[in-house]
Formats: sequence, C-alpha cells, structure tokens
Amino acid sequence: MSGPGAALFIVTAIFAIVGAIITVSARRPLRAAMGLLVHIVSLAGMFLTLNAHLLAALQLLVYAGAIVVLFVFVIMLIGPETETGSVEGMLVSRATAGALTAGIFLVVASSVASYGGAWGSIEDDFGTVEALGTAIYKQALVPFELISITLLVAIVGAIAIARSKTD
Amino acid sequence: MTIGAYLAVASILFGIGAVGFLTRRNMLIQLMSIEIMLNSVNVLLLAFNRANPGNHDGQVFAFFVIAVAAAEAAVGLAIVIAYYRIKRTIESDQATLLRN
Repeated sequence: MSGPGAALFIVTAIFAIVGAIITVSARRPLRAAMGLLVHIVSLAGMFLTLNAHLLAALQLLVYAGAIVVLFVFVIMLIGPETETGSVEGMLVSRATAGALTAGIFLVVASSVASYGGAWGSIEDDFGTVEALGTAIYKQALVPFELISITLLVAIVGAIAIARSKTD
Repeated sequence: MTIGAYLAVASILFGIGAVGFLTRRNMLIQLMSIEIMLNSVNVLLLAFNRANPGNHDGQVFAFFVIAVAAAEAAVGLAIVIAYYRIKRTIESDQATLLRN
C-alpha cells in the first residue's frame, strides 16, 4: 500500500512542532497566537496527507479563521496586561512538572514511532465532502444536532459571562 | 511514511501542549496549549482512520472535536475577560476568588 506523501508530512510536522514550541514559550501572547496560527496551518497540510480534505478545510476555517482571531481580539481588548512577567513564580514545581511531562511524552513518542502498521487501500471518495457528509448524516445525526445545540449554548454562555456586571 | 511517524508527531505535540499548560501561568497561553492538545488528538484520529479506511468514524470524531474546541475557546476566553475585569490580571496563580 502506498502511504501518504512523505515530503509534505515531514515539512508540516516540522512546522507544526516549531509553531507549538513558539506558542508555549513566547512571552507576548500575540506572538503565541501567531505560533498557534503556524501550528494550525501546518496541521491542515498534514490532514491533506491523510486524505482528510474536508477536515483540512474545516481546520483552516474554524481554527485559523475563528479561534485565532478570537484570541487576537481578546489580546487587543485586554491590552498590555496580557504580558505577564518574565519570572513566573514557583519555579521548582513548574520545572519539575514540565520535565516530568516532557519525559513521559518523549518516552511515549519514541515507543510508538516504531509502529509500522499497513495503510489500508482507500476508495477514490475517501475523506471528500460527499463521503464524510454521508457518514455524518447516516451514523451520527443525533450527535451532529447535539453539537449544534452545544455551540448555541456556548455562544449564549460566552455572552452572559463576558458582559456580566462584576463590581 | 509509517503510521508510527504520525503517532510520534501527535505524542510530541500533546507533550508540548501539556508542558505549556503546566508551566505557564498566562491564562491565554494556557488556553492555546489546550488547543494544541486537542489538535494532536485530531492527528491521531485521522491517522488511524486512514489506516482503517473502511468507514469514516475517525473523521467524524475529529469533526466533533473541532466543534467542541470552538465552543471551549469561546467560553474560555469569555471567562478570561470576566476574570480580568475582577482582578486586573490574567495570571492563573492569582485566581483565588473562591478560596475565602
């Protein structure tokens, strides 16, 4: 079975990891948001290597188009206070937690990296809008409607929380 | 590329997100770390769906994960704004409103 494109995968993987590192290490939240944008766009490219065309488009629309813009709006609303100090307290416990977590996930990554299961052979319409839409409406119609209610409730809740009088 | 390469990249991305969530105290960057972790899970779901392409279950799950992530970001950022109104900071260490 011919696997997904190797060159596109390697490029997108490098950019996704670099973007994620910029996001978690940047001092200024706006730089973190730009790192998140790089991360998201490269993951959309990685989805293309997995024949997930509709999800790559959705990733760009929802994440790059909505969530990153929402982050940038909040950063602009709050202003310079979004930049917390360079010395973040409780250094020992933070360093311990970070080192332990990084170690665990490096061990997991190195152990799963050698897994070489075969890629299945795919039909021509795998991952297209038509096939995925059919799958959603045939198998997951009720969850699909529930997720629309969830989004509606989240919008109402976000408005209620953000505009409430607090003092 | 083997499936293992995708699994390794997803694990590394989840680890970066977890480290960011645990070590930063800027609430906005903690929310971005959560987004990175959700994205890494999407990579796993799509890779395994590509390996077993008889149905679209993994892609349907990834679709729902994207929708839930959008809802989570909206509510989380609203909470950050309400919190900033009260405390005039967005450091999560200062979030002690319910302690006393």
